[in-house]
Parts: sequence; structure tokens; C-alpha cells
Amino acid sequence: MKYISISNNQAVSLDSIPELPYEEFLESNVGMLTDSPERHCVNYFGFWTGVYSSGGPVEDQYDENKNRKEYSENVKLICCIADDKTHQIYVSSATVAPEVVYESFTARNHNFEKYEREMHEAFGIQYNNHPWLKPVRYSHDRAGKAETIENYPFFGADSHELHEVGVGPIHAGIIEPGHFRFICNGEQIMHLEIQLGYQHRGIEQLFLQKKKLAELTTLAENIAGDTTVGHTIAFVNLWESLCGYRPGRSLHFSRTLALELERIAIHTGDMSAVCADIGYQLGNSVYGRLRTPIINFLQEWGGNRLAKGLIRAGRTNFPFSRKLGARLASILDEFELDFNEMTSKFFKLPSALSRLEKTGVVTYGQVLEIGTVGMAARMSGLNRDIRSSHPFNLFGEGFTHEPVIKHHGDVYARVRLRRDEIHQSIGYIRKMIADIPEFTEVAGVKLNPQRNMFILSLVEGWRGEICHCAITDNEGSLGLYKIKDPSFHNWMALAQAVRNNGISDFPICNKSFNLSYCGHDL
Amino acid sequence: MFENIKIWWHQGKQYIPDVTNAKLPGIFRGRPVITRSGVDEAALVELCPTGAITGNPVCIDLGKCTFCGECAFRFPEKISFTSDYKLSANVRERLVVKEGDDKGIVVEPSKVRKGVRSLFGQSLKLRQVSAGGDNSCELELNACNNVQFDMSRFGIDFVASPRHADGVVITGPITANMAGPLEICYNAVPDPKIVILVGTDAISGGIFADSPALDRDFLTKYPVDLYVPGNPAHPLTFINGVLDMLKKQ
Ligand code: SF4
Repeated sequence: MKYISISNNQAVSLDSIPELPYEEFLESNVGMLTDSPERHCVNYFGFWTGVYSSGGPVEDQYDENKNRKEYSENVKLICCIADDKTHQIYVSSATVAPEVVYESFTARNHNFEKYEREMHEAFGIQYNNHPWLKPVRYSHDRAGKAETIENYPFFGADSHELHEVGVGPIHAGIIEPGHFRFICNGEQIMHLEIQLGYQHRGIEQLFLQKKKLAELTTLAENIAGDTTVGHTIAFVNLWESLCGYRPGRSLHFSRTLALELERIAIHTGDMSAVCADIGYQLGNSVYGRLRTPIINFLQEWGGNRLAKGLIRAGRTNFPFSRKLGARLASILDEFELDFNEMTSKFFKLPSALSRLEKTGVVTYGQVLEIGTVGMAARMSGLNRDIRSSHPFNLFGEGFTHEPVIKHHGDVYARVRLRRDEIHQSIGYIRKMIADIPEFTEVAGVKLNPQRNMFILSLVEGWRGEICHCAITDNEGSLGLYKIKDPSFHNWMALAQAVRNNGISDFPICNKSFNLSYCGHDL
Repeated sequence: MFENIKIWWHQGKQYIPDVTNAKLPGIFRGRPVITRSGVDEAALVELCPTGAITGNPVCIDLGKCTFCGECAFRFPEKISFTSDYKLSANVRERLVVKEGDDKGIVVEPSKVRKGVRSLFGQSLKLRQVSAGGDNSCELELNACNNVQFDMSRFGIDFVASPRHADGVVITGPITANMAGPLEICYNAVPDPKIVILVGTDAISGGIFADSPALDRDFLTKYPVDLYVPGNPAHPLTFINGVLDMLKKQ
């Protein structure tokens, strides 16, 4: 057996994951992706086996200079390949020694490019034939301390015709930091290199450091504030399965509802931002103000505009009532009237369309090769949507989800995708609030993680696929917590999108993806 | 043109006329009130994810609180959250709410640095730096200038360059990787300049306080003029805090 096959949110014993010799591990995982657009790598990571099997407190793993103590030799790699047709995730493993040079997966398939960079950064593993093993986020516990974010060697072009434009890490607006280096021929962008890591907060390590469930939930809520709901659901779904707890329908209901509300709110805000970047003031202010009733509703429901505090493992402090349902229905009625009016104007405005159409194109071939997920895949005809492929919460139970797919891969496709997904989510919410389940509080729920387990949780947030993985040790404590925001895959799509475009089109390209910095940097 | 006017018309009036006395919809977790009733203090202190609660007497430090509301749910007889969004202070200790306190949190006029009101009272330009912020405070700071809150009407704006700014607004716990750029940005702002910390993460590090990936030295080197609590800070919390500091009402 080359892999174990699990479904979304299914906890399995760590020992049940087959361990293969590295060569076989490579052949099997890369082979699974060859000519199979329905498959992609949802997570691929490693951990020190010594650290893990020692079971000691994580604080003890670092010396006073924040260097990892040398008491472990090997790294265990775990690779998770999702199959959208069978709704299964295939998990396999291998053990490697950091000082040996390995053949890279990436040479055969670009889906793995960043995962291998991440492992090179964390453990110092060397790979043959990897295009560029540069650090991903300059994490505090990286293996190569000599490489710092200040002396980062940007890709350069030795030419009299070309010039470089550097932006960041602090951008002009109120957004998160990252460094973007353009190589341009006059106005035209030839190449964009995106260097992130400025937001690195050490979240994955904090998950091991913190012991209380309240702390872990708070961490999950703060992974990416614009995806509070998405990441918190990934965490609570994971945690409940890890503890062998099955939530009732009312919890599934409130999570699904919050997730679709978050999708509507952020998509609407992004349409506003795209309008701002093409100088369309009316669209900017109308879509901007239309986001407000949605996030204000989240506050009415749970006391916070971005839904912090709303989602909790095994319970909720905010049961969704009929009264809230009626209120939401009227908010959506008003929203839709104004949204449709604005949208019908915006989508037939020649001056707007001329900026959106054929701008920032990423082809089907490119998104498949990079392995993008979520919106950034669906814009170019690649069907990737966890709601239908690996359903969670009410998806697959309450209703069957049909992903919205576009084909042109340009800014226009990304904006239309948002418009259609807003309509779709409103439809789902209307259906849901017509049948609100009674809230049933299960008293005295004890959530204790099982020992020596592996679990993986997938959620389709508004950006795309969120993946959380956890491993528990022989005392039932977290031995590893691995988070992957959809942005991890999709930043490369932005770099591809801007090639051959005018540099003045960079802002709309960027906004049309709206990728996460903190979700990437972790 | 006619269509545009129709759209404008249908939007109606969106701005909040009086941002100092607006009422927030539904529930909102703003300033907490702590009663003197006796509870299991150890359990209360233990449940807080960020160590914002201390016992004897029971206090909540709003600079550490993430406003999750868990304490109020578990001990409703002891703690409740009011919808008072005026949470900003210019003295760090002012953010600590004690049991029995029922006064609002204020910006102390005598502690506002000299020159701030006279120089920036008419116009204040701010450069925002996200230093590990999770993008929630950033979203709310952006919202300060949408058609609802319309902060520009008070002469308060965010600008693109530190050279054009009168101060920096920091969100996030300040990561080690952002410590350098933050300091460069701060140094590029002409004197005199102010520093505003927005959100729990910026004020205390929040849930990230004990992460080895942070470098909060900046805060030991430079004075802070305003603390704006929240996770994220509500636009009205920010706007009122700045207005109070500038005494513009
Ligand atoms: S609301 Fe604040 S004080 Fe209360 S438990 Fe949450 S973080 Fe702690």
C-alpha cells in the first residue's frame, strides 16, 4: 500500500500512514498528479522525528537564541493529495535526513515548488533540480539563519533596456506588507518577484506552545482576519474530529451560514477595491457601503463585525434564532436590490470593461501547473471547490454545491466570478434561513484529543481552499499543527498574471486576487 | 447620467451624522463592566485566552483583551460588555478596567503631548504600518474612510508616504521581520510625530505576546500617544480616540 485514503475531517492513527522509501514516495505522489487535473497536493510538510517522539514540551526544543536544539536527526515528510472525483485524500510519508540531497518533486511537477522551499527553509533539506530554493517566509526557526529578509537576493536582469521597480514591504495603502520587485521594459512588466515573510508571527509553533482550547481557537481566529470564519471553521472541524465529537445540525448550520456571509462581504469589498483601482468612484463607494450591512449583521449576531468570537468547538455562544433569520432576510433583500442596480451599470460600462477585459490573464495550463486553488483556479476553468469536492458542514448534506467556473482567467473573469458567487451564496442563505434548526446545547461536552493521531481539515473559504493538519503525540497534545491558506498557492498566479501587462494595471490585478499576507506568512 | 443619479438616490444618506454619539446595531462587545459579586476568581482568570484578567480585585486589561466575550458568558453575574465603543486612552494604565468601575475610558488632556493639539488639531495625516496585523484592524482602518464613517471630514487622513505624515499608526504584534521597516518608516516621518497603536496585538502582542517571532523593541524606544483597543478596533473607537486626542468635538 502506497498511501492511506481518508476523507475530509477523518482522524486516523499516525501509524496507519504508510512510510515509503523516498524514491517510491516521490514516484507515487508525483505520479498521482500526472495528467490528473482532478488531483492536487493539499499539504506537504515535515517535522523532526526526534522532537516529535520525544514528546517533550515545545519550549524545550529551542535554546535561548531561538535556535532549535540539536537532538533530532531525521525529518518525517507527509504528503496529502486530494482527489476531487473520489472525494478522498491520499496520505503517505517518508523519512529523510537533512544532510542528504534528494531529488525534487518540483522538477516533475510545479505544484510542489513552494512546499519544497518551505522544507528547505525549515530543515535545510537540499533538493536536486529545484528551480530556486529561496526562503518562503524567513521564519524565526529556519535552518539557515544567515539568510535574512534584509539581504534577500532578488532575481535581477542584466540589461540596459530593462529597469527594476521595487515596492514595499510597506505599501502605499492600508494593506499588509510584502516586497514586490518588478522587472520592466518601459511600462511593460516582464517579471514580478514577490517576497513575503514580513508578517511571520510564528503561529504554527504557538499552536504547540498553547495548551488551552480557548487559546488555540483565538489563534485560529487571528490567522487571517479577513478569513476569520474560514480558518476558525477549519480549526473547530479538525478539533472536534480529533476528539471524536460529532456536532449537531445547529452547529453545522451556523458555521455554513457564517462562511457564506463572509464570502459575500469580502467579495463585495473586493469589487469596491477593483472599482477604486480603475478610478470608478461610484462603484467604489456603492460596493464599499454594501459590504457594511453584511458585516454589521455579523456583529448583530455575534458582537463582532469580522465574526471573531462566533465559532467555537463543540458549542456556540450565539445560537442562530428565527428573529435573526428574519432580520437577515430583509437585509439581503435590500442588499440585492442595490447590488443588482450597481452591477448592471458597472458591467456595461465600456470604460470599466476596457480596463478589466484581457488584463492579468492566467491560462488554464498555467493554473494547473502552479496548482492554484479556489477562485484563482475557477477563473481559468479549473474546477476546484472544496464545497463540492470534499464537502464539510452542511455542504453535501443540506445542499449540493455547483462551483461557479469562468474561463478567461482575466480580471474580468475574477470580478464576474465574485458577482456570481455573491448571488449563489445569497441563494444558499435564503434556503438555509427558511429552515433554521432548533439550537441544541449538548451539556458538558469534553473535548480531549486522541493520542497519536493525524487529521486533516479542508474548508472552502472565500479565497479558496484552507487546509489545517494536526498530529497528536502519545499524550494527546499537539505535536504538529500545519496551516495552509489558499494564498500559499495563489501568489504565484498573481506573478504570472501581471507578465506583459502595463505596470499601471498591477493594482487591479492585485486586488482582483486579494491574496493574504498574514495567512501566507503564518 | 440618469442611471447614475438613480443609483445615488437609492443609496440614500449613508454617513453617520454624529460619530461621537452613534448607536451600534445589535450586540457589540465594547467597554466591560465588572461587578463586585463574588465568583471563583481562579477559574475566571484561567479561562481568558490572553491573560487579560487578573484577580483580587478583578481587572480586565483592554490592551490584552481580544473581546471574545468568554468571561461574560461564563460569569454573567460578574462581567458584562457594554456597547460603549469609546475605549481609546493615551495612558496605558487607563485601559485597565477594575471591578466596580463604571466610568468611561478617556483620553487625558493633561497627558496629550505638547504641540499635538496646536499642530495637528486642524489636520492630521497618518501613515499606517501593518506589522504582523492579521488584516482585521487594517480592514477597519480602511473603513474609517468609507461613506459611513467618512473620517476625512475631520481633517484626518491616511497618506501613502511617511514624508507626508504626522505620525504612524501601527497594527499587529510587530514581527521581527517588520521591526526594521517599521523603524525606517517612523524615522522618515518629520518631527514632531505621533504614534498610535491600534488593536490588541499592537498594544500588548495579544495572543502572540510570547511568540519568539516578534521584536517589540520599537515600543521601548519611542513614546506612544494613543492606544486603541479592539480585535479589531471598531472604526468608531479609532475615530473617537483620535478626535479626543486632538480635542475636536
Ligand atoms: S473577553 Fe477579554 S477578558 Fe474576557 S475572556 Fe475574552 S479576552 Fe479575556
